[in-house]
Amino acid sequence: MNKSAKIAELRHALARYGLPPDRPAVPLGEPRADAVLGGGLRRGALHEVFAQGWGGGGFALLLALRLTAAGGGPLFWVRSDYAALEYGAAAPEGIAALMPSLDAGPPVVVRVAGGADALAAAADILACPHVGCLLLEMEGNPRLLDLTASRRLALAAEESGVGLILLREGAHQDPSAAHTRWLARAAPSRADDDDWGNPRFAVELVRHRLGGLGNFLMEWDPQTGFVDPLRLRLPVGRLAPSVVSFGAPGCAPHPSDALMRMRGRRA
Amino acid sequence: MLQQRRIMALWLPRLPTDRLIRKSGAPEAPLVVSGRANNALIIHALEARAEKLGLYRGQPLANAHAMVQPLNVVPADEKADAALLENIADWCDRFTPLVSLDAPDGLYLDITGAAHLFGGDQAMLKDVLAKLSAQGFAVRGAIAGTSWAARALARHQTNALARGGSGFIVPPGGEAEAVASLPITAFDCDAKILRALSHAGLKTVGQVAARQSSELAERLGIQFVRRLLVMLGQAEEPLAPRRPLPDLMAEQRFADPVTSREAIASTLLALAQSLGGLLERQGQGARMLGAAFFRADGKVDRIAVRAGAPVRDPTIMLRLLNQKLDALADPLDPGFGFDLVRLEALLAETTSPATVSFDANENARRQVRFLIDRLSARFGEHRVLRFVPQDTHIPEAAAVAVPAQDSDFDATWPRHQRPDDPPRRPCRLLEKPEEIHHVMADTPDAPPVRFRWRQCLHHVARAEGPERIVLEWWSKDGPTRDYFRVETREGQRFWLYRDGLYRRNGLGPRWYLQGIFA
Repeated sequence: MNKSAKIAELRHALARYGLPPDRPAVPLGEPRADAVLGGGLRRGALHEVFAQGWGGGGFALLLALRLTAAGGGPLFWVRSDYAALEYGAAAPEGIAALMPSLDAGPPVVVRVAGGADALAAAADILACPHVGCLLLEMEGNPRLLDLTASRRLALAAEESGVGLILLREGAHQDPSAAHTRWLARAAPSRADDDDWGNPRFAVELVRHRLGGLGNFLMEWDPQTGFVDPLRLRLPVGRLAPSVVSFGAPGCAPHPSDALMRMRGRRA
Repeated sequence: MLQQRRIMALWLPRLPTDRLIRKSGAPEAPLVVSGRANNALIIHALEARAEKLGLYRGQPLANAHAMVQPLNVVPADEKADAALLENIADWCDRFTPLVSLDAPDGLYLDITGAAHLFGGDQAMLKDVLAKLSAQGFAVRGAIAGTSWAARALARHQTNALARGGSGFIVPPGGEAEAVASLPITAFDCDAKILRALSHAGLKTVGQVAARQSSELAERLGIQFVRRLLVMLGQAEEPLAPRRPLPDLMAEQRFADPVTSREAIASTLLALAQSLGGLLERQGQGARMLGAAFFRADGKVDRIAVRAGAPVRDPTIMLRLLNQKLDALADPLDPGFGFDLVRLEALLAETTSPATVSFDANENARRQVRFLIDRLSARFGEHRVLRFVPQDTHIPEAAAVAVPAQDSDFDATWPRHQRPDDPPRRPCRLLEKPEEIHHVMADTPDAPPVRFRWRQCLHHVARAEGPERIVLEWWSKDGPTRDYFRVETREGQRFWLYRDGLYRRNGLGPRWYLQGIFA
């Protein structure tokens, strides 16, 4: 083992220090993103999605559906009355069409009056390990969603292993205890395609406690989940022209490899 | 005959004046409350002092003024009187859960099987009357086997001995004898019937009862005969309870009112345990739980929580109740303390005996149901929603949100499109379609090229449509909507529709944005 690999591994071990045991990661489907995430999105951790325009909410919903499918229980969607008015009420027919294979029944929508109620409802829901996933929607940067509150959410999710997506609409980035943080917006469909195709998103992974970051173009396929639309079209061997950047320049551990090694050692 | 019921009738003859005197003390001049009858002012209610001066109910107010100077006249406030009667009925809930209003100035208490808790009929009636008198109400009461017998005796028994403070009690089966000497006004029916009776020379209930009932029915109507039979104790008339009767209940009385949170919490726990035991013995579980806190000063606080599945585990019941108590807008105020706490299973359902299922799925489902119950108790059942599909293609009506507690847990959503198609319906619908402005379209039937929505100009890059949605044929003039799925240059996807068609007059139809795709 050469020196840099060794350092990378130590760095990874250090980053993992004090973190709870790994829960099985839920692959998104998009291979590059899964690789950066170390196999996929972890249940039992806080994932933040900052919506940038109208597509962001959809991306958060799709992540939540993905985690719900892996969880088994129903999806809980906690949102305020204001959010339903401003961003539209949940439409079950459209949600079902996004993931026809999902067998968890229609989502349970909890409508709360404000941020304090939303956090209280989230605490209740996260305490039940049989919930498929919690999609918590918060608008703006309310003072009560501070570092303590997000730490509390992350801990509650860790305890029960429930998937947790925190959708931030109309918010700027602030400190939080999130495991990953995504900036998501809609992306245009392929220019040469006249048909109404699957939704696409341009997402940026701007924060990841285990290292790798990146920009991704993702397309949602109702059957298989997220796919890389460019890889689908391009001949094999040509790389997608988006950039993959890792947290610390110079060390590029493949997180999944490092994880595997860590797990092996612990066992 | 069925099990003999015991009904206590209460009459508060001076409710309006008692209310005023309780509120602002007795005025110097005799107090009367005026009402309107046949476009004339009459005395609606009067206090004892005024009655002693020779005034009476129904007397024209002008006469009263002529007889007594000065006279304190206050216009009647029937709403306030009714509210006060409701409060008194609430207070009476501590004696029996079945309290029924006899508006405007009476109450019925069904004390069947409850009297022994208070030392028997005599002691109970004495207790009720004494407590109400102490609160400043003129009250008369009677206990009999039927509501009308008790009512007639409470209101029309003029025998001074019987009225001597403790009311009048009819032994089971003695109704006919007890009411026989009452005047025919005890029937409290309309003047026409009373006139007919007095024309026939009948002056007391006993004389009426002696007639053939077929004869009476022919002359006075079957309703009257029915009332007579009830009064004589030969038929029963059900009381209309003010609130749903609990299927099962447990209660705790305190000689010294309790105020501390801990004492209330431990009381609730004890009650939950005994209610749980009752439910278990009956093989039932509670779908709806109620707790009533009777304050020593007469105020009653009630909470009710629903459960998605029958519960009888005391800890679960307690948690639901506590959740509700914590969520109360104005928290439980013990004031001078609670002297009675009651826990009720308002709705009980049969369940199979509690078993720990080995089916992990079943356990998980139970946990989620319980979670939904807790959330519903905390935020209100209309804030925890699930969707039920409706058999319509009008987008805003295709799904109706129902309380998640009521929804079928295993419901699946009908799929209208092929599973491998991209979604054709938005995942978020605006609660009300929003009009979009400055719509430019190439041709009348084409989708817009650009539009302005919420102050923002959107350029359409691609569109799919139209998909025409018309109201069902049986609703005559519904709108015709042509829906388009559009994608803007930035990739945002919206669901637009054109309301109606283009017409010759040059005014274009309006455009609306209804949904947002993922």
